[in-house]
Amino acid sequence: MIFCKAFLRERLFCFGFAALHVTSQQAQDGLEAMSDDDFRGWIAPDPKSHGEQGMLLSAIPHSTELGMRLISRDPDEAVMMIPYDPRLIGDPETGVMHGGAITALLDTCCGTAVMMASSKPSSTATLDLRINYMRPATKERDVYAHAHCYRATRSVGFVRAVAYHEDRNDPIATSSAAFILNYKEAKDEQQG
Amino acid sequence: MNNKDEVFAALTANIPYISFLGVEFARRGDEVTAHLSYTPKLIGNPMLPALHGGATGAFLEITAITSLAWVTALEKMETESAWDGTFAPQPKTIDFSIDYLRSGKPQDAYARALILRRGRRVANVRVEAWQGERDKPFIAAHGHFLLSQSP
Repeated sequence: MIFCKAFLRERLFCFGFAALHVTSQQAQDGLEAMSDDDFRGWIAPDPKSHGEQGMLLSAIPHSTELGMRLISRDPDEAVMMIPYDPRLIGDPETGVMHGGAITALLDTCCGTAVMMASSKPSSTATLDLRINYMRPATKERDVYAHAHCYRATRSVGFVRAVAYHEDRNDPIATSSAAFILNYKEAKDEQQG
Repeated sequence: MNNKDEVFAALTANIPYISFLGVEFARRGDEVTAHLSYTPKLIGNPMLPALHGGATGAFLEITAITSLAWVTALEKMETESAWDGTFAPQPKTIDFSIDYLRSGKPQDAYARALILRRGRRVANVRVEAWQGERDKPFIAAHGHFLLSQSP
């Protein structure tokens, strides 16, 4: 997953602010006033205010297609969810969600946790993502992911994540990932 | 059902997630090439634009599983005098490790898997995907898969 600020700003204008029912002028003012700190909460408003279902990741087309939702975000952390959907079944015999959908969930969740790091990267891209599957997902149940960016150096963010139904201690999959970080002073808002 | 093409088609039919992503396969003998058709719904970053790493990672996993399942099915066809039209249960991913080499362009992508070892219980598979040039993969992965043991 590649996150960059320019894209998020634009989409915030298109979707995030529109969702708040503000006028375009207010949205424009809001964008101009937006500091880096505001940006780190890149989806407005706080997803917790949307209740347990969080909010749809409308800025990311493939995530939208998967019905992926941001449940919460905190410094260095993010929680996301994919609702059970028959289109995502990987094995018709068992009706279980395909591992690929869980890959997309973990990648997006890890990328978001990296963007929430205290070093305030302006953009990031996945270097590598490893997923260990403990067990298949259970049929007809939503899948959650929690990601924690436990270390961010000047160049690299290191993330651990877990996919689960309800209990983080009973994981479907665990994941470890590295992301390349870009900072604004490198005047580089593109992918590095 | 003895025609290999028919058997191969049956192997990948009816898997909703494969159609959801838009993956199709071409078969030459035991070699399988997967083809991911570009659609805007695969985009992860609309500003660059770039394909979603989750979508391309899933594409590799599908390629690895299908290649393994095909080799297993071929073996079954060759060893059983009367092919009963059923397949062994799908290989299950134990772990999958993805390297993102370049950003995925908004274009079609192709992938091939290399089965390094297929043991009785576990298979080791490498898989790569490319877009314009075969020599410049944009994503690569390796994984371990649990094979169902024959009864």
